Amino acid sequence: MTNVLTNTLAFDFGGTPFGVAPPGVAGHPPKADDGGAPLREGPWGATPAPEPVSAAAPTRPTLEVKGLVITYQNQKTGELTEAVSGVDLTIGHGEFVTVVGLSGCGKTSFLNAVAGLIKPVAGSIAVAGKTVTKPGPDRAVVFQKATLLPWRTVLGNITYGLDLRGVPRKEARLRAEKYVDLVQLRGFEHFYPGALSGGMQQRVNLARALVTDPHLLLLDEPFAALDAITRENMQAELLNIWNLTRKTVLMVTHQIDEAVLLSDRVVVFSGRPGRILAEIRINLPRPRTADAKYCSDFDLLTKKICGIIQHSASKKATWSYEI
Amino acid sequence: MKYDLYDFRTRKLLESLIGLAMSVGVIIALLVLWEVSADLNLIDPMFSSSPSRVVTTGLEMIADGTLWKHIKASGRVFLAGFGLAVLFGVPIGVALGWFKWVNRAFTPLVSAFYTMPRIALMPLFIIWFGLGDAARIALVVLSAIFPLIVNMQVAMQNIDGDYRKVGIAYGATQWQLFWTIALPSSVPFLLTGLRLAMGRGLLGVVAAEIFGGAEGVGYMLQYAGATFQIDVVFVLVVVIMSFGVIFDRSLFWISRRVESWKIAEA
Repeated sequence: MTNVLTNTLAFDFGGTPFGVAPPGVAGHPPKADDGGAPLREGPWGATPAPEPVSAAAPTRPTLEVKGLVITYQNQKTGELTEAVSGVDLTIGHGEFVTVVGLSGCGKTSFLNAVAGLIKPVAGSIAVAGKTVTKPGPDRAVVFQKATLLPWRTVLGNITYGLDLRGVPRKEARLRAEKYVDLVQLRGFEHFYPGALSGGMQQRVNLARALVTDPHLLLLDEPFAALDAITRENMQAELLNIWNLTRKTVLMVTHQIDEAVLLSDRVVVFSGRPGRILAEIRINLPRPRTADAKYCSDFDLLTKKICGIIQHSASKKATWSYEI
Repeated sequence: MKYDLYDFRTRKLLESLIGLAMSVGVIIALLVLWEVSADLNLIDPMFSSSPSRVVTTGLEMIADGTLWKHIKASGRVFLAGFGLAVLFGVPIGVALGWFKWVNRAFTPLVSAFYTMPRIALMPLFIIWFGLGDAARIALVVLSAIFPLIVNMQVAMQNIDGDYRKVGIAYGATQWQLFWTIALPSSVPFLLTGLRLAMGRGLLGVVAAEIFGGAEGVGYMLQYAGATFQIDVVFVLVVVIMSFGVIFDRSLFWISRRVESWKIAEA
């Protein structure tokens, strides 16, 4: 019963201006299975790339993780806990890959390691062939909490990453303006974050990452802190933004339906320490809209993923609930 | 709709006017009570003065220039001391809060000085710096500097870890983290520190001048008290009080302006 209700709401409220595929990308063929579809030079994808990535793209995967092990040290006792244990993952150029798993399975640690925020104890991470040792301009993170700087306006927050890189103020502003439109915050550029709703803050968070034009966009449970309706809106918008920008994305979530809706590939993590249990290719056609949820394949895929997680953890879970 | 808004604004205005009237009323009532009891000889004006006598004496002191002379002398000491305290206190506090090892090395020393009554050092300062302004300035610096140091230290140690993480994720250097995150988020602490330092500084000026010297509000206060000029004492109390209120209100006003983003949040 609850499912029916949420789905109906999703249908009603998901009808944002971006809920329908924009004409510019409507004719784009579904992505090839190898994930190596060429970058489409849409209005947003055409932003000046910092380095000539496209040349390296066909030979070098955007993300290459090998034998990754992450351990945490308890700051009081000095005890070591393994969070991620031997993960290999490759993400091709323009691919949207999502890691799902139970809370505390190490998926966020995995993302933080790719972001360069924590150091793995073993294994290697390379983005576009370059080994990751610390955060860099080739990656941008959208955090679960919006964490906007409260003393900067919306526009100031969006340009934050560019300001740090020494991009001239005027150019940064111009680039940010484009993303203000993309995340539908026109008219709010000069607001302080404190005056924005949670959903709007999360859009700024997203724009702040996108404007830096990273090779790899990292989404850390980006909608987990939002209410159900806002979340579904944001999923629809993210789908559309992805249709326009065709960024390579690594997302982490515990919502299986969200993972299936957005991704080309879903990677299922086991409980702690995290290992890859399975990789499921999502063959729902691209460009996708939120209506993809009504495909019969959608249910099959979510059930399949749910089954894998259920099988590994004795915990019961249904796809529509957070697990 | 329009009418409602008008109504709302009128009510708000009325509310603030009533509030103002009440606060002014309390002060006036007390002054009247004071005046009346002195006039009726319920209290001895010899010991307690009266508002009218204070005003008359005050006007006389303004006319013959003595008040201005002493205010100028005290003001010089206060501004020099306060300025130096800000100049040194803020960077020291930042260093203590930002660098873990500086913190570990110097915190015990700072706490020891922080809890100590600074006036106890006045004899030393007079020996070191003589009876001129220098000793008094030293006491003001020492009085005003600790609220600044401690507030900036706390500000640096309370930087939201999430903001720091955002900075690091977007490739900020330590220097950039400091400028774009630590400094803006420390502004409220800085303003609190300034207000506290102001109060301590005023205390320092008056205490130093009472301790020794030949001019300044504190010196005159002490002299008037010793020679039983109660009216003069009250004039000086009013002067010090007004200075404190004006300074404090201006800092408060500045903090409201600087933190306009906080108002948006409320």
